[in-house]
Amino acid sequence: MSTLATPISPHRCVPAETPAVEVRELRKDFVRRDRKAGLFARKRWPALEDVTFTMARGECVAILGQNGSGKSTLVRLLSTLLINDGGEARIFGHDAFHETRAIRRLVNRVSVEASFFKKMSAAENLSYAARFYGMTPRQTRDLIPEILARVGFPPDRRNEAMEHLSRGMQQKVALARALLTSPVLLLLDEPTTGLDPRSKLEVQEFIKEVRRLHDATILLCTHDMNEAEALADRIGILDRGRLLFLEPVEDVKRRFGVDTLEEAFFAATGRSFEEEHEDDEQREVFG
Amino acid sequence: MSEFALTVRHELVGLGGIVERNIYLTKRYLLWDVAFLVWTIANTLTIVFIARGVGLSAAAQNSLETKLLVGGVIWAFLGIIFEIVTETVAWERWEGTIEYTFMAPVSRPVHLIGMGVYAVIYGLLRAGILFVAVVAFIGIHLPQADYGAALALLAIASVSFIGIGMMCAVLPLISPEKGTQLGFIAQGLMLVVSGVYYPVSVLPHWMQWIATISPATYALRGDRASVLHGAGIAWADVWPLLVIGAAAIPLGLVIFRLGERYAKKHGKLKRSG
Repeated sequence: MSTLATPISPHRCVPAETPAVEVRELRKDFVRRDRKAGLFARKRWPALEDVTFTMARGECVAILGQNGSGKSTLVRLLSTLLINDGGEARIFGHDAFHETRAIRRLVNRVSVEASFFKKMSAAENLSYAARFYGMTPRQTRDLIPEILARVGFPPDRRNEAMEHLSRGMQQKVALARALLTSPVLLLLDEPTTGLDPRSKLEVQEFIKEVRRLHDATILLCTHDMNEAEALADRIGILDRGRLLFLEPVEDVKRRFGVDTLEEAFFAATGRSFEEEHEDDEQREVFG
Repeated sequence: MSEFALTVRHELVGLGGIVERNIYLTKRYLLWDVAFLVWTIANTLTIVFIARGVGLSAAAQNSLETKLLVGGVIWAFLGIIFEIVTETVAWERWEGTIEYTFMAPVSRPVHLIGMGVYAVIYGLLRAGILFVAVVAFIGIHLPQADYGAALALLAIASVSFIGIGMMCAVLPLISPEKGTQLGFIAQGLMLVVSGVYYPVSVLPHWMQWIATISPATYALRGDRASVLHGAGIAWADVWPLLVIGAAAIPLGLVIFRLGERYAKKHGKLKRSG
């Protein structure tokens, strides 16, 4: 691991006491067609409503929520892909909506879709991603094979087109891409959804390792409660755009007098985790 | 190294990354490119053969063939630049990489200019093959051709086309479903008014006015003069191209920036349409 990319240190210009992530009363709405109200009627759907939380440096926080709860919207806001409608978000002291250039150097993301150029190989996709972070071909020549080996990617498939790789294999390359750019804040948006149990476990082990060895701050958005419990220091439940709480898992269970996170979700919302309302998808970015 | 020098270095490496990625993609989609090139050669031959059917003297026929050939080749070159830059967003959306590219720490001007640089390299290579293939097939005589001047004028015209392409690249960002098609309309309009296969003077008056703001008009006029008569680079063709280019690039960047902001506000910066 010692020769992997050196993390970009935010410590040079940001005081040590500045939290990794500060989100205050963050709000995002989407306007959608409302067919029930008429042919051209539109309705404003709140995707996030006054979400407030902070994350310390090196901390791993999991946000649990159903489809349409606002998890992906939160990740997109923090990764500068959306502009807020209210409130603020700061990453290592930088305003997420006005200092996007500084933020982009510090943040990377692994989402449910691996998102690669399908015809290009793993090595070519990583090489392309590395250039955006100022890494020259000479720097990446040895680094890319090393990182791919680190995530357990077979060397003989390095030059194979991504479209020929399994989902689990693609997700490993996505993690390698995130690691290659040495992010100090890693945003994981359902990184193991759709993976087989073995790949899921491998990805989770790798996330633990990245945190331990690279001192990265991790925001994990998931609907897998076991995964959240296994990886995170604190757990929050995002329900229909509102963050109900964010605290250590034992505190959550104690607060509701329950044994599992499923029970805690039911106690907090009055619904089971699987139960979804038809309106929920309207809140999603993809709605 | 100063902060400024580091930033410049970072951006240049990023620009190289865009070019490198497009070379990888061209390599992977090579058969598509070959098929498209063969189609363009066939299409250009069809147009150049029109000169043989008109019943002109040998000299007049050679002149008309050359005019049509230059029109076909220049349009193939400028059209490909326009298409590649315009499809900057469409490609990313199709591949599903748009979110990663747009959250990467490289400035948007460098991203778009990187696409333009690749488009010029690719377009020149393609136009060169097209020109040689058609000349070899038809046997046109070009004893006075000044290829250096023709290439120089093309290079100047490329800047304007990259700028106009940037303006159109914003369309798929604002309208994921219809944006790309709107870009084709802009390209088609330029094809009609710029005198690609006929003199601009045959157009209705109002279309001639639009032709004066199309960079293709001056590129075609200048290149025809260079290839047919070895006229060199005429200032009358250069200055309008410089003016259009100087306006088109900053305007293209501003329009793209506004479009990107709109897309971020409305959640349109996403993978699928």
